Amino acid sequence: MNATLPLQTLLESGQPVAEHRPWPRIVVTPEIWKPLSEGLANGSWTLLGLWGEIGMVHLAVWEALEGFYIASLPCPNGTFPSVGRLHPPAQRLERTIADLVGLRPVDALDSRPWLDHGRWPVRHPLGSATAPTSPSPPYRFLPAEGESLHQIPVGPVHAGIIEPGHFRFTANGEAVVRLEERLGYVHKGIENLLQGASLEQAARLVGRVSGDSTVAYALAFARAVEAATETEIPARAHWLRALMAELERLANHCGDIGAICNDAAFALMLAHCAVLREEVLRASAACFGHRLLMDCIVPGGVATDLSAEGATVLQTLLAEFRRQFPPLVELYDNTASLQERTVDTGFVKPVLIQQFGSGGIVGRAGGRAFDARRQPGYPPYDELKFEVPLRTDSDVNGRVWLRISEVRQSLALIGQILERLPSGIVRAPLNLPNQTGEGVALVEGFRGDILVWLRLNADGTVARCHPRDPSWFQWPLLEAAIENNIVADFPLCNKSFNGSYSGHDL
Amino acid sequence: MALITDFLVQGGQMLLILLLAPLLTGWVRTLKAQLLRRRGPSLLQPYRDLLKLLRKEVVLAESASWLFRVAPYLIFAAIWVAAALVPTFASGLMFNWTADLIAIVALLGTARFFLALAGLDVGTSFGGIGSSREMMIASLAEPAMLMMVFTLSLLAGATELTTVARFMLAADVGLRVSLALALLALLIVAIAENARIPVDNPATHLELTMVHEAMVLEYSGRHLALIELAASLKLLLYISLIGCIFAPWGMATAGAGLPAYFIGVAAYLGKLALGGFLLALFETSIAKMRVFRVDQFLGVALMLGLLGALLLFVSRSL
Repeated sequence: MNATLPLQTLLESGQPVAEHRPWPRIVVTPEIWKPLSEGLANGSWTLLGLWGEIGMVHLAVWEALEGFYIASLPCPNGTFPSVGRLHPPAQRLERTIADLVGLRPVDALDSRPWLDHGRWPVRHPLGSATAPTSPSPPYRFLPAEGESLHQIPVGPVHAGIIEPGHFRFTANGEAVVRLEERLGYVHKGIENLLQGASLEQAARLVGRVSGDSTVAYALAFARAVEAATETEIPARAHWLRALMAELERLANHCGDIGAICNDAAFALMLAHCAVLREEVLRASAACFGHRLLMDCIVPGGVATDLSAEGATVLQTLLAEFRRQFPPLVELYDNTASLQERTVDTGFVKPVLIQQFGSGGIVGRAGGRAFDARRQPGYPPYDELKFEVPLRTDSDVNGRVWLRISEVRQSLALIGQILERLPSGIVRAPLNLPNQTGEGVALVEGFRGDILVWLRLNADGTVARCHPRDPSWFQWPLLEAAIENNIVADFPLCNKSFNGSYSGHDL
Repeated sequence: MALITDFLVQGGQMLLILLLAPLLTGWVRTLKAQLLRRRGPSLLQPYRDLLKLLRKEVVLAESASWLFRVAPYLIFAAIWVAAALVPTFASGLMFNWTADLIAIVALLGTARFFLALAGLDVGTSFGGIGSSREMMIASLAEPAMLMMVFTLSLLAGATELTTVARFMLAADVGLRVSLALALLALLIVAIAENARIPVDNPATHLELTMVHEAMVLEYSGRHLALIELAASLKLLLYISLIGCIFAPWGMATAGAGLPAYFIGVAAYLGKLALGGFLLALFETSIAKMRVFRVDQFLGVALMLGLLGALLLFVSRSL
């Protein structure tokens, strides 16, 4: 392997973009693009996102010591050198760029469409937006051939009330030989709707990319807007945002712990966890006026302040939670039949987790200690005491325990926030500079790190916005997690990942 | 006159179990819901579901053959007959001489055979998965059941249930190791045969984990109603069977008067309620096992049955 240049040295020869904050965005040439891809492939830095717009692709990378960078490659011919050829995690992102913008990755290993199933009235909705001329050819699933192998198509419509996604199993009896996912059934054209939207509309749209992490998305969008406009928001708003984010994490982790156990037919855990989750949602509604806290975070601050009664409601919630949660952990730990199902099931190799840069539960249960609250970090987490729980077992049991640890951390964080909440106003006017600006933000949602990049027009509307869900780097690992498992254990593995379909399909 | 009474009592029992079966299913569901701090559906919900299904039209897969249409009737008939053979509130009924344990096992086996064929018939992958899993379970549950039958017949000297029940009611039976082993074996088989947790989950929505539900996934309308009713009857059958063999108290004998029959019915209802309660409690406290663990679970039943029979060869008093 060649010695790789440091990221900064590599990007020095590019053209930095002036109005891009807080990380540098650098316009590069194909000569820089290539070693950049190689650095991703040999693990020198991690892929954070890859997206396109007319005539340009953007690549977000992170290096532990040097920080965050965005490299932009102009594509005058409508093509760009494939990153996915060297670095597999980029493959689905490239296929998406080809579907949405029409920029073609050269020498890509997989040229099949990804989100576009040939059912849209337009092709390349973010690019030329032309009507499709010919029907697209049927989708080819990757072959797995051999005697006694058979295929099991599952979905996109499932027997339970969950989001749609297609899973193609090739199995030998009960043993899974290959799993291939096909997603894109809930593509809503959000990026297209965002173009030209006012900030108010855009905040609502981004808050609905994936309903269960609406706080994290709204926070990422708001932070990106504030970065682009160089707006400082009041301290109290920062703290209230963190409070909402932790409430969301608490509710979702609690629901997930119950749902994983329910997939092993242990409905008792689900029943108790659902009660706890409901208590969080009701407290959220009482404090901020919305059960899921939708539209509570807006660019410039938060929409509603926390009243004194609200703080009491949350204190009661904390006390109640601290009383009810430990017995549930004990129940999980002491039910041997449940442990039998979760231990060693759905193991993901830590090497793959590092390669894909998976964040959130999937990453931290497999030894990748990345948490956007720490790196890049954002207020008020620099002033709060919390740990980032880490495990190395990387199986369903590990992911359940990691959620349990994170619930405890969130409880402690909410306690600290309530205790030290600064006073003052909660919203500041945006500092619209009458010129284009670009901003980016990385925020830790309950699934992992959410990236939002945007460019604002001079009139304050959104020129281009790209929200990237953490599931992009988790879904591919599910295909690997099911290896050496049996078909009947797939629901358990899938639930322990709990990837977002909506956030991924956009 | 005696013939007419006998006939009425026998007919009454057949109708009784048919009417009671959905109630038992509803009872177990309600109890499970309440154990999970939910209110749960009404006890009568299974009747309403059956009525709804009977009124709905049948949607048939294009690839379904005649077998797929005939199978629900065959399955229902076989299980109803098998359930009717088990003495419930009274022994020594008109057809009880046919109430042979081996005949019951054979009838249940026939029903399963047709259900598995129907699962394969439409050619969907889920039907195939369900049928293959069901046959794996059956290949272990049936021998275990037969070993339990042999233990009983060695003790009671017959495989006919009336004789077995009479033998168990006799004072000199006492506590026996072989009977305890047989009871355990029968309980395990009953859980597996009725597709309950930890072998299968009757309430699951996860198509990849289903066994029984995967086989009947393509059924609708009156076909589904018959299959659901047959599943309820099967649960009733196993609880009745356990009650008849291991707790025959209160059962009326042949030709007893009306009061004895009333006591018999009351005792029977009590046994069903208790059986349903214990089932709900057990199902709530345990997670489903991995599909490849089911063979070990049923292997235990087989070994217990075998051990019970062997012990009796060593000594008739064990």
